[in-house]
Amino acid sequence: MISILKKARWSPYAVGTGIGVLSWVTFALMNKALGVSTTMVRAAGAVEALVSEAHIRSNSYFVKYLGTLDEPYPVFEWQFSLVVMLVLGAFCAALLSSTHVREVVPDLWKSRFGPSKWVRFVGAFLAGIVVIFGARLAGGCTSGHGISGGLQLAVSSWIFFICLFVSGIVTAWLLYGKGGQGHV
Amino acid sequence: MFEHFFANPSTILMGGVTGFLFGFLLQKGGVTRYNVIVGQFLLKDFTVLKIMLTAVIVGSVGIYGMRALGLDVNLHVKTTALLGNALGGLIFGAGMAVLGYCPGTAVAAIGEGSRHAIPGVLGMFVGAGLFAESYPWIKTHILSVGNLGKVTFADLTGFSPWWFIAGLIIVAVYGLTTLERWEKNNQS
Repeated sequence: MISILKKARWSPYAVGTGIGVLSWVTFALMNKALGVSTTMVRAAGAVEALVSEAHIRSNSYFVKYLGTLDEPYPVFEWQFSLVVMLVLGAFCAALLSSTHVREVVPDLWKSRFGPSKWVRFVGAFLAGIVVIFGARLAGGCTSGHGISGGLQLAVSSWIFFICLFVSGIVTAWLLYGKGGQGHV
Repeated sequence: MFEHFFANPSTILMGGVTGFLFGFLLQKGGVTRYNVIVGQFLLKDFTVLKIMLTAVIVGSVGIYGMRALGLDVNLHVKTTALLGNALGGLIFGAGMAVLGYCPGTAVAAIGEGSRHAIPGVLGMFVGAGLFAESYPWIKTHILSVGNLGKVTFADLTGFSPWWFIAGLIIVAVYGLTTLERWEKNNQS
Protein backbone atom coordinates (compact mmCIF):
# COMPACT_ATOMS: atom_id res chain seq x y z
CA MET A 1 0.00 0.00 0.00
CA ILE A 2 2.72 2.44 1.04
CA SER A 3 4.74 1.63 -2.07
CA ILE A 4 1.75 2.53 -4.25
CA LEU A 5 1.40 5.88 -2.50
CA LYS A 6 5.11 6.55 -3.00
CA LYS A 7 4.94 5.87 -6.71
CA ALA A 8 5.42 9.07 -8.72
CA ARG A 9 2.82 8.35 -11.40
CA TRP A 10 -0.20 6.12 -11.45
CA SER A 11 -1.75 4.64 -14.56
CA PRO A 12 -4.16 7.16 -16.11
CA TYR A 13 -6.80 4.42 -16.13
CA ALA A 14 -6.39 3.91 -12.37
CA VAL A 15 -6.62 7.67 -11.78
CA GLY A 16 -9.66 7.96 -14.06
CA THR A 17 -11.34 5.08 -12.22
CA GLY A 18 -10.56 6.80 -8.91
CA ILE A 19 -12.14 10.06 -10.08
CA GLY A 20 -15.16 8.15 -11.43
CA VAL A 21 -15.66 6.38 -8.09
CA LEU A 22 -15.17 9.67 -6.23
CA SER A 23 -18.02 11.10 -8.30
CA TRP A 24 -20.29 8.19 -7.25
CA VAL A 25 -19.64 9.20 -3.65
CA THR A 26 -20.32 12.90 -4.21
CA PHE A 27 -23.53 12.25 -6.18
CA ALA A 28 -24.89 9.54 -3.88
CA LEU A 29 -23.80 10.71 -0.42
CA MET A 30 -23.40 14.46 -0.81
CA ASN A 31 -25.91 15.24 -3.60
CA LYS A 32 -23.13 17.19 -5.34
CA ALA A 33 -21.22 17.02 -8.61
CA LEU A 34 -17.46 17.60 -8.79
CA GLY A 35 -16.72 21.10 -10.02
CA VAL A 36 -14.25 23.93 -9.53
CA SER A 37 -14.95 27.09 -11.50
CA THR A 38 -18.01 28.36 -9.57
CA THR A 39 -15.65 28.84 -6.63
CA MET A 40 -13.76 31.47 -8.63
CA VAL A 41 -17.04 33.41 -8.87
CA ARG A 42 -17.60 33.19 -5.12
CA ALA A 43 -14.00 34.24 -4.45
CA ALA A 44 -14.26 37.18 -6.86
CA GLY A 45 -17.58 38.20 -5.29
CA ALA A 46 -16.13 38.05 -1.78
CA VAL A 47 -13.21 40.27 -2.82
CA GLU A 48 -15.49 42.76 -4.59
CA ALA A 49 -17.74 42.81 -1.51
CA LEU A 50 -14.81 44.16 0.50
CA VAL A 51 -15.05 47.25 -1.67
CA SER A 52 -18.81 47.42 -2.10
CA GLU A 53 -21.20 44.78 -0.86
CA ALA A 54 -24.16 46.66 -2.36
CA HIS A 55 -22.56 46.21 -5.76
CA ILE A 56 -22.40 42.41 -5.66
CA ARG A 57 -25.91 42.21 -4.15
CA SER A 58 -27.23 44.04 -7.20
CA ASN A 59 -25.38 41.92 -9.78
CA SER A 60 -27.63 39.10 -10.97
CA TYR A 61 -24.72 36.70 -11.49
CA PHE A 62 -23.27 37.13 -8.00
CA VAL A 63 -26.79 36.93 -6.54
CA LYS A 64 -27.16 33.45 -8.12
CA TYR A 65 -24.22 32.15 -6.12
CA LEU A 66 -23.94 34.45 -3.11
CA GLY A 67 -27.58 35.40 -2.53
CA THR A 68 -29.06 38.75 -1.65
CA LEU A 69 -28.51 41.08 1.29
CA ASP A 70 -31.58 39.69 3.06
CA GLU A 71 -30.78 36.10 2.19
CA PRO A 72 -27.02 35.66 1.73
CA TYR A 73 -25.55 32.26 0.84
CA PRO A 74 -22.27 31.15 2.40
CA VAL A 75 -19.12 31.90 0.43
CA PHE A 76 -17.08 29.04 1.83
CA GLU A 77 -19.37 26.14 1.00
CA TRP A 78 -18.89 22.59 -0.30
CA GLN A 79 -17.09 23.39 -3.55
CA PHE A 80 -15.02 26.22 -2.06
CA SER A 81 -13.73 23.78 0.55
CA LEU A 82 -13.05 21.25 -2.23
CA VAL A 83 -10.97 23.76 -4.19
CA VAL A 84 -8.92 24.82 -1.16
CA MET A 85 -8.18 21.20 -0.31
CA LEU A 86 -7.04 20.41 -3.87
CA VAL A 87 -3.84 22.20 -2.91
CA LEU A 88 -3.22 19.99 0.11
CA GLY A 89 -4.17 16.79 -1.74
CA ALA A 90 -1.69 17.48 -4.53
CA PHE A 91 0.91 18.65 -2.01
CA CYS A 92 0.67 15.39 -0.03
CA ALA A 93 0.67 13.25 -3.17
CA ALA A 94 3.87 14.96 -4.35
CA LEU A 95 5.40 14.76 -0.86
CA LEU A 96 4.90 10.98 -0.67
CA SER A 97 6.72 10.44 -3.95
CA SER A 98 9.21 13.33 -3.47
CA THR A 99 8.11 14.79 -6.79
CA HIS A 100 7.65 18.41 -5.78
CA VAL A 101 8.59 20.80 -8.56
CA ARG A 102 9.82 24.36 -8.41
CA GLU A 103 8.63 25.13 -11.89
CA VAL A 104 8.71 28.86 -12.66
CA VAL A 105 8.92 28.88 -16.47
CA PRO A 106 8.19 25.58 -18.26
CA ASP A 107 10.65 24.49 -20.99
CA LEU A 108 8.13 24.63 -23.80
CA TRP A 109 7.15 28.19 -22.88
CA LYS A 110 10.86 29.13 -22.63
CA SER A 111 11.53 27.75 -26.10
CA ARG A 112 8.87 30.05 -27.57
CA PHE A 113 8.67 33.13 -25.33
CA GLY A 114 12.07 33.20 -23.65
CA PRO A 115 13.20 32.59 -20.06
CA SER A 116 11.64 35.69 -18.46
CA LYS A 117 9.70 34.85 -15.32
CA TRP A 118 7.54 37.95 -15.70
CA VAL A 119 6.55 37.24 -19.29
CA ARG A 120 5.34 33.81 -18.18
CA PHE A 121 3.54 35.17 -15.11
CA VAL A 122 1.71 37.84 -17.13
CA GLY A 123 0.89 35.24 -19.81
CA ALA A 124 -0.47 32.84 -17.19
CA PHE A 125 -2.48 35.63 -15.53
CA LEU A 126 -4.10 36.68 -18.82
CA ALA A 127 -4.74 33.04 -19.79
CA GLY A 128 -6.35 32.51 -16.38
CA ILE A 129 -8.78 35.34 -17.13
CA VAL A 130 -9.62 33.77 -20.50
CA VAL A 131 -10.04 30.27 -19.03
CA ILE A 132 -12.59 31.33 -16.42
CA PHE A 133 -14.45 33.62 -18.77
CA GLY A 134 -14.88 30.65 -21.11
CA ALA A 135 -15.85 28.33 -18.25
CA ARG A 136 -18.54 30.67 -16.94
CA LEU A 137 -19.88 31.35 -20.42
CA ALA A 138 -20.21 27.59 -20.98
CA GLY A 139 -21.49 26.94 -17.45
CA GLY A 140 -18.59 24.83 -16.18
CA CYS A 141 -14.96 23.76 -16.57
CA THR A 142 -13.10 20.51 -17.19
CA SER A 143 -14.41 19.12 -13.89
CA GLY A 144 -17.99 20.37 -13.80
CA HIS A 145 -18.68 19.99 -17.51
CA GLY A 146 -15.94 17.63 -18.68
CA ILE A 147 -16.21 14.96 -15.99
CA SER A 148 -19.45 15.50 -14.03
CA GLY A 149 -21.47 16.63 -17.04
CA GLY A 150 -19.88 14.12 -19.39
CA LEU A 151 -20.76 11.19 -17.16
CA GLN A 152 -24.37 12.38 -16.91
CA LEU A 153 -24.52 12.47 -20.72
CA ALA A 154 -25.41 16.17 -20.59
CA VAL A 155 -25.71 17.74 -24.05
CA SER A 156 -24.14 21.02 -22.81
CA SER A 157 -21.09 19.21 -21.43
CA TRP A 158 -20.28 17.20 -24.54
CA ILE A 159 -20.52 20.31 -26.70
CA PHE A 160 -18.15 22.10 -24.31
CA PHE A 161 -15.76 19.13 -24.14
CA ILE A 162 -15.44 18.82 -27.92
CA CYS A 163 -15.04 22.59 -28.48
CA LEU A 164 -12.41 22.74 -25.71
CA PHE A 165 -10.32 20.02 -27.33
CA VAL A 166 -10.57 21.44 -30.85
CA SER A 167 -9.66 24.93 -29.67
CA GLY A 168 -6.86 23.71 -27.38
CA ILE A 169 -5.28 21.69 -30.18
CA VAL A 170 -5.52 24.55 -32.70
CA THR A 171 -4.10 27.08 -30.21
CA ALA A 172 -1.22 24.84 -29.12
CA TRP A 173 -0.23 24.10 -32.74
CA LEU A 174 -0.45 27.77 -33.71
CA LEU A 175 1.78 28.69 -30.77
CA TYR A 176 4.33 25.90 -30.79
CA GLY A 177 3.97 23.87 -34.01
CA LYS A 178 5.46 20.44 -34.51
CA GLY A 179 8.72 21.55 -32.88
CA GLY A 180 6.80 21.98 -29.61
CA GLN A 181 6.46 18.20 -29.30
CA GLY A 182 10.17 18.00 -28.56
CA HIS A 183 9.79 20.14 -25.42
CA VAL A 184 6.98 18.30 -23.62
CA MET B 1 -22.03 38.88 4.18
CA PHE B 2 -19.20 37.83 6.41
CA GLU B 3 -21.35 36.66 9.27
CA HIS B 4 -22.59 34.09 6.75
CA PHE B 5 -19.17 33.34 5.32
CA PHE B 6 -18.98 29.63 6.19
CA ALA B 7 -21.45 26.84 5.41
CA ASN B 8 -22.07 24.28 8.15
CA PRO B 9 -19.04 22.25 9.28
CA SER B 10 -20.21 18.90 7.85
CA THR B 11 -20.63 20.43 4.37
CA ILE B 12 -17.17 21.94 4.58
CA LEU B 13 -15.71 18.66 5.81
CA MET B 14 -17.29 16.66 2.98
CA GLY B 15 -16.12 19.15 0.36
CA GLY B 16 -12.66 19.16 1.90
CA VAL B 17 -12.29 15.37 1.89
CA THR B 18 -13.49 15.28 -1.73
CA GLY B 19 -11.02 18.00 -2.70
CA PHE B 20 -8.13 16.30 -0.95
CA LEU B 21 -8.77 13.02 -2.77
CA PHE B 22 -9.36 14.80 -6.08
CA GLY B 23 -6.10 16.78 -5.75
CA PHE B 24 -4.23 13.63 -4.75
CA LEU B 25 -5.52 11.78 -7.83
CA LEU B 26 -4.77 14.68 -10.19
CA GLN B 27 -1.16 14.85 -8.98
CA LYS B 28 -0.66 11.07 -9.21
CA GLY B 29 -2.14 11.17 -12.69
CA GLY B 30 0.40 13.78 -13.78
CA VAL B 31 -2.20 16.29 -14.93
CA THR B 32 -0.93 18.91 -12.49
CA ARG B 33 2.02 19.26 -14.91
CA TYR B 34 2.02 21.95 -17.59
CA ASN B 35 3.88 19.57 -19.93
CA VAL B 36 1.22 16.89 -19.69
CA ILE B 37 -1.65 19.30 -20.44
CA VAL B 38 0.04 21.11 -23.33
CA GLY B 39 1.42 17.74 -24.48
CA GLN B 40 -2.17 16.59 -24.89
CA PHE B 41 -3.01 19.52 -27.16
CA LEU B 42 0.21 18.92 -29.14
CA LEU B 43 -0.96 15.29 -29.51
CA LYS B 44 2.20 13.97 -27.90
CA ASP B 45 0.88 12.83 -24.51
CA PHE B 46 -2.67 11.46 -24.21
CA THR B 47 -2.84 11.27 -20.40
CA VAL B 48 -5.60 13.90 -20.13
CA LEU B 49 -7.89 12.10 -22.56
CA LYS B 50 -7.25 8.70 -20.94
CA ILE B 51 -8.08 9.99 -17.46
CA MET B 52 -11.16 11.91 -18.56
CA LEU B 53 -12.68 9.13 -20.66
CA THR B 54 -12.09 6.57 -17.92
CA ALA B 55 -13.60 8.85 -15.26
CA VAL B 56 -16.63 9.59 -17.45
CA ILE B 57 -17.29 5.91 -18.20
CA VAL B 58 -16.77 4.67 -14.63
CA GLY B 59 -18.84 7.59 -13.34
CA SER B 60 -21.71 7.09 -15.76
CA VAL B 61 -21.99 3.35 -15.13
CA GLY B 62 -22.08 4.02 -11.38
CA ILE B 63 -24.49 6.96 -11.38
CA TYR B 64 -26.95 5.49 -13.88
CA GLY B 65 -26.47 2.05 -12.27
CA MET B 66 -27.43 3.36 -8.83
CA ARG B 67 -30.48 5.11 -10.32
CA ALA B 68 -31.48 1.88 -12.10
CA LEU B 69 -31.28 0.07 -8.76
CA GLY B 70 -33.77 2.56 -7.39
CA LEU B 71 -31.35 4.51 -5.20
CA ASP B 72 -32.14 8.16 -4.64
CA VAL B 73 -29.35 9.74 -6.69
CA ASN B 74 -30.10 13.10 -8.30
CA LEU B 75 -28.61 14.30 -11.56
CA HIS B 76 -27.01 17.75 -11.71
CA VAL B 77 -27.24 18.55 -15.40
CA LYS B 78 -26.15 21.99 -16.59
CA THR B 79 -28.26 24.02 -19.00
CA THR B 80 -27.68 23.54 -22.70
CA ALA B 81 -27.29 26.94 -24.34
CA LEU B 82 -25.75 25.94 -27.65
CA LEU B 83 -23.93 29.22 -28.41
CA GLY B 84 -22.71 29.69 -24.84
CA ASN B 85 -21.50 26.10 -24.45
CA ALA B 86 -19.69 26.12 -27.80
CA LEU B 87 -18.20 29.61 -27.55
CA GLY B 88 -17.27 29.01 -23.90
CA GLY B 89 -15.51 25.76 -24.85
CA LEU B 90 -13.57 27.47 -27.65
CA ILE B 91 -12.46 30.34 -25.39
CA PHE B 92 -11.65 27.94 -22.55
CA GLY B 93 -9.56 25.65 -24.78
CA ALA B 94 -7.48 28.56 -26.10
CA GLY B 95 -6.82 29.83 -22.58
CA MET B 96 -6.01 26.34 -21.32
CA ALA B 97 -3.42 25.78 -24.07
CA VAL B 98 -1.62 28.99 -23.04
CA LEU B 99 -1.97 28.53 -19.29
CA GLY B 100 -1.22 24.81 -19.39
CA TYR B 101 -3.86 24.15 -16.75
CA CYS B 102 -7.60 24.09 -16.30
CA PRO B 103 -9.06 25.58 -13.09
CA GLY B 104 -8.85 22.39 -10.99
CA THR B 105 -5.40 21.36 -12.16
CA ALA B 106 -4.06 24.92 -11.75
CA VAL B 107 -5.08 24.98 -8.10
CA ALA B 108 -3.65 21.48 -7.54
CA ALA B 109 -0.44 22.47 -9.39
CA ILE B 110 0.16 25.15 -6.75
CA GLY B 111 0.21 22.35 -4.17
CA GLU B 112 2.74 20.47 -6.25
CA GLY B 113 4.96 23.56 -6.36
CA SER B 114 4.35 25.10 -9.79
CA ARG B 115 4.98 28.81 -9.20
CA HIS B 116 3.48 29.98 -12.49
CA ALA B 117 0.12 28.41 -11.63
CA ILE B 118 -0.31 31.12 -8.95
CA PRO B 119 -0.72 34.08 -11.35
CA GLY B 120 -2.94 31.77 -13.42
CA VAL B 121 -5.34 31.30 -10.51
CA LEU B 122 -5.23 35.02 -9.69
CA GLY B 123 -6.24 35.66 -13.30
CA MET B 124 -9.18 33.29 -12.76
CA PHE B 125 -10.52 35.43 -9.92
CA VAL B 126 -10.31 38.47 -12.19
CA GLY B 127 -11.93 36.58 -15.08
CA ALA B 128 -14.82 35.52 -12.82
CA GLY B 129 -15.35 39.15 -11.78
CA LEU B 130 -15.29 40.33 -15.40
CA PHE B 131 -17.80 37.66 -16.36
CA ALA B 132 -20.16 38.62 -13.54
CA GLU B 133 -19.99 42.27 -14.60
CA SER B 134 -20.81 41.42 -18.22
CA TYR B 135 -23.46 38.80 -17.34
CA PRO B 136 -26.58 40.90 -18.02
CA TRP B 137 -25.49 41.51 -21.62
CA ILE B 138 -24.26 37.92 -22.13
CA LYS B 139 -27.47 36.46 -20.75
CA THR B 140 -29.62 38.40 -23.22
CA HIS B 141 -27.42 38.08 -26.29
CA ILE B 142 -25.57 34.77 -25.97
CA LEU B 143 -27.12 32.43 -23.40
CA SER B 144 -30.56 32.81 -24.97
CA VAL B 145 -29.37 31.32 -28.28
CA GLY B 146 -30.21 27.61 -28.64
CA ASN B 147 -31.36 27.21 -25.05
CA LEU B 148 -32.67 23.64 -24.66
CA GLY B 149 -32.76 23.55 -20.86
CA LYS B 150 -31.07 20.96 -18.64
CA VAL B 151 -31.08 18.06 -21.08
CA THR B 152 -29.11 14.84 -21.50
CA PHE B 153 -28.79 12.90 -24.76
CA ALA B 154 -31.30 10.43 -23.33
CA ASP B 155 -33.85 13.24 -22.75
CA LEU B 156 -33.22 14.70 -26.17
CA THR B 157 -33.67 11.46 -28.09
CA GLY B 158 -35.97 9.41 -25.88
CA PHE B 159 -33.51 6.49 -25.93
CA SER B 160 -32.30 4.79 -22.75
CA PRO B 161 -29.08 6.31 -21.34
CA TRP B 162 -27.56 2.82 -21.50
CA TRP B 163 -27.40 3.00 -25.31
CA PHE B 164 -25.18 6.05 -25.01
CA ILE B 165 -23.08 4.54 -22.22
CA ALA B 166 -22.61 1.34 -24.24
CA GLY B 167 -21.67 3.37 -27.32
CA LEU B 168 -19.21 5.41 -25.29
CA ILE B 169 -17.60 2.27 -23.87
CA ILE B 170 -17.22 0.70 -27.33
CA VAL B 171 -15.71 3.85 -28.85
CA ALA B 172 -13.41 4.42 -25.85
CA VAL B 173 -12.15 0.83 -25.60
CA TYR B 174 -11.50 0.64 -29.33
CA GLY B 175 -9.93 4.11 -29.45
CA LEU B 176 -7.77 3.70 -26.37
CA THR B 177 -6.47 0.21 -27.27
CA THR B 178 -5.56 1.54 -30.72
CA LEU B 179 -3.85 4.51 -29.07
CA GLU B 180 -1.90 2.29 -26.64
CA ARG B 181 -0.70 0.11 -29.55
CA TRP B 182 0.34 3.21 -31.51
CA GLU B 183 2.20 4.64 -28.49
CA LYS B 184 4.04 1.34 -27.96
CA ASN B 185 5.11 1.17 -31.62
CA ASN B 186 6.29 4.79 -31.56
CA GLN B 187 8.45 4.21 -28.49
CA SER B 188 10.37 1.27 -29.92
